[in-house]
Amino acid sequence: MARVVVDVMLKPEILDPQGQAIARKLPQLGFEGVAAVRQGKRFELELDGPADEAALEEVRKIAETMLANPVIETFEIHAL
Amino acid sequence: MDAARVGVITFPGSLDDRDAARAVRLAGAEPVALWHADNDLQGVDAVVLPGGFSYGDYLRAGAIARFAPIMTELVGAARSGLPVLGICNGFQVLCESHLLPGALLPNAGLHFVCRDQRLRIDNADTAWTSEYRSGQEVVIPIKNADGRYVADADTVAELEASGRIVARYLDVNPNGSQNDIAGITNEAGNVVGLMPHPEHAVESLTGPSADGLGFFTSIVKRLVNA
Repeated sequence: MARVVVDVMLKPEILDPQGQAIARKLPQLGFEGVAAVRQGKRFELELDGPADEAALEEVRKIAETMLANPVIETFEIHAL
Repeated sequence: MDAARVGVITFPGSLDDRDAARAVRLAGAEPVALWHADNDLQGVDAVVLPGGFSYGDYLRAGAIARFAPIMTELVGAARSGLPVLGICNGFQVLCESHLLPGALLPNAGLHFVCRDQRLRIDNADTAWTSEYRSGQEVVIPIKNADGRYVADADTVAELEASGRIVARYLDVNPNGSQNDIAGITNEAGNVVGLMPHPEHAVESLTGPSADGLGFFTSIVKRLVNA
């Protein structure tokens, strides 16, 4: 069984207040040198079969249909 | 003549379906309860998508409700002109369904916001706003966690240029929405999405005003004259 990861991120032009809140906290914790944080989502899909071309194409359809909203988000797919 | 029949869809996690049905009745129409898992709009003359947290807002607000069986029927009917009003979660469902452009994201302040909100009705020509005057100021409650309206710059410019911004926040922008947008409509004016809750402002006993009733009387008037 193969596992495929879909990473979903807000488009760069869209404000991410959660990422900003994390970034603001870091210096208070003593972590320096982080200019910005963007928060995204990671999905792990466990497939019945191998992560071949056809399976990855199916995952792409799943990502653009449901996991990501193309209006505000981008996604990347890779097999583990 | 028979009263107009306005459907209210209940999803798992809908909260305001009863209030929406009550507002429909106060406006003089017959509310019809519609169920998310059915494939049948029961021949209603218009539909309200109520507020709440359909499917727990899992994934994104409205993202799973969009795929409910009844939504297939609704999307087709809305594209053919059926009047549809999406309130709060209903607005999120309409955006996820691509019946309206843009999306609704977590409030910029990251807090759930619940307050009586001053608004300006900027488009009084839609199926749901004809009982208002353009420029009329109203007070209607908002209560949302994911109310920040966003769309790409071209879309917002197009909404502004074509007068498709139905309502705007006055005084404060409670959630960081672009251009203070509280509600928008599609090109045809039959589909309206609204973040504030007009169904909570239909009588003085339970609301800050009765300013919200106009959304429901607008559609009743439209249907009676149709």
